[in-house]
Amino acid sequence: MPKVKVAKKSTWVDMTAFVDVSFLILTFFILATKFKPDEPVEVKFPSSVSADKIPEMDAFLITIDKDGRVFVQMDDPNARKSIAENLNETRNLGLTPANIKSFTNSPSIGVPFAGLKNLLAMEPEQQKNVRQPGIPVPDSTGGELYYWIRDAKSTYAGKKVSWLIKADDATKYPVIKNVLEAFKRNDINKFQLVTKFRDAPIGTPLWNTRQNQIGAGKK
Amino acid sequence: MAAIEEGGGGGHKGPGVKKAKKLSTRVDMTPMVDLGFLLITFFIFSTTMAQPTAMQLIMPKDTEKPEEQTKVKASGALTIMLGKKDGLYYYEGDDPTKIQATDYKKIRDVIIQKKKNTKPEDFVVVIKPNDESNYQNVVAILDEMSINEVKKFAMVNISPVENELLVATEKANGI
Repeated sequence: MPKVKVAKKSTWVDMTAFVDVSFLILTFFILATKFKPDEPVEVKFPSSVSADKIPEMDAFLITIDKDGRVFVQMDDPNARKSIAENLNETRNLGLTPANIKSFTNSPSIGVPFAGLKNLLAMEPEQQKNVRQPGIPVPDSTGGELYYWIRDAKSTYAGKKVSWLIKADDATKYPVIKNVLEAFKRNDINKFQLVTKFRDAPIGTPLWNTRQNQIGAGKK
Repeated sequence: MAAIEEGGGGGHKGPGVKKAKKLSTRVDMTPMVDLGFLLITFFIFSTTMAQPTAMQLIMPKDTEKPEEQTKVKASGALTIMLGKKDGLYYYEGDDPTKIQATDYKKIRDVIIQKKKNTKPEDFVVVIKPNDESNYQNVVAILDEMSINEVKKFAMVNISPVENELLVATEKANGI
């Protein structure tokens, strides 16, 4: 019986198409996404129909987590430096120049004034890992947050500052009320709440207005 | 394909002529695929797609002087109160005893009805969250203001009388 010769087939798979696809997806992710901002705590913020973008510059962000811990964040290192110097003077914190340098490098702070020196004495990595108790805002006087806002206001004087509030869905209202009160005591009445975008429900007045705007834009 | 196949039919060379070894131009792409997907994974985990938006909130300035305070006509006022466990209550006018329970779906019709039945310049919504309500509720109701294009609304502290009525209503409804 003659032997049936099985043709030897190469196991080589052409990966070129695979490479093409993977780099296409990679390019998409690089272009369409943004790096997650450095957050002190994870906050699940609510959604709203507002379509305004968050301003990037000169923002003073207050983050409130679901347990009511309050953090302040500033993007601009120069502003952070100047606030640290201001607070050091007005509140007698006894910060050393090294502490102030550390403050300039840490984007978010959530400790009472009494614990600030200890926190800033730590290495940046340690600072991230330590559980910060939050800035005390015990009642409608605004607590220590009042002083933070006051100094931030004088630091940013002459500029248009965005006062951002980012709070968790489950944050209890009294905390929000006290934070707003701290702003009000500083004569700041205009805030921006950080939210996720959602479409206006169909048939509502806002939806109609937006449809008309789109219609007007097309003409 | 990144490979040039060696075609058959090469001319026969004479004996003693060494055949140059033909190297394949095929490149192994596997590490490149690995790298590509590694980078994709990195970008998926470290970046975010959703751009947060900002909701404008303007609070009234606190003032003790009566002439600086905004007067609200009782006929055009709709007071919405926020209670615990996503509870929502409202009353029209200035009589808190007419408190009614509602929810976040039905409140839209209430607002639209009220808006239709009052003069635009008199219509004002007063939002009063009590201490049990949470931030999500507050944003949801503020959002409802922009959804229904309510021009005048204010968020103010709840009065003790209203809070008592609210708690009593909650108890009556078994919340």
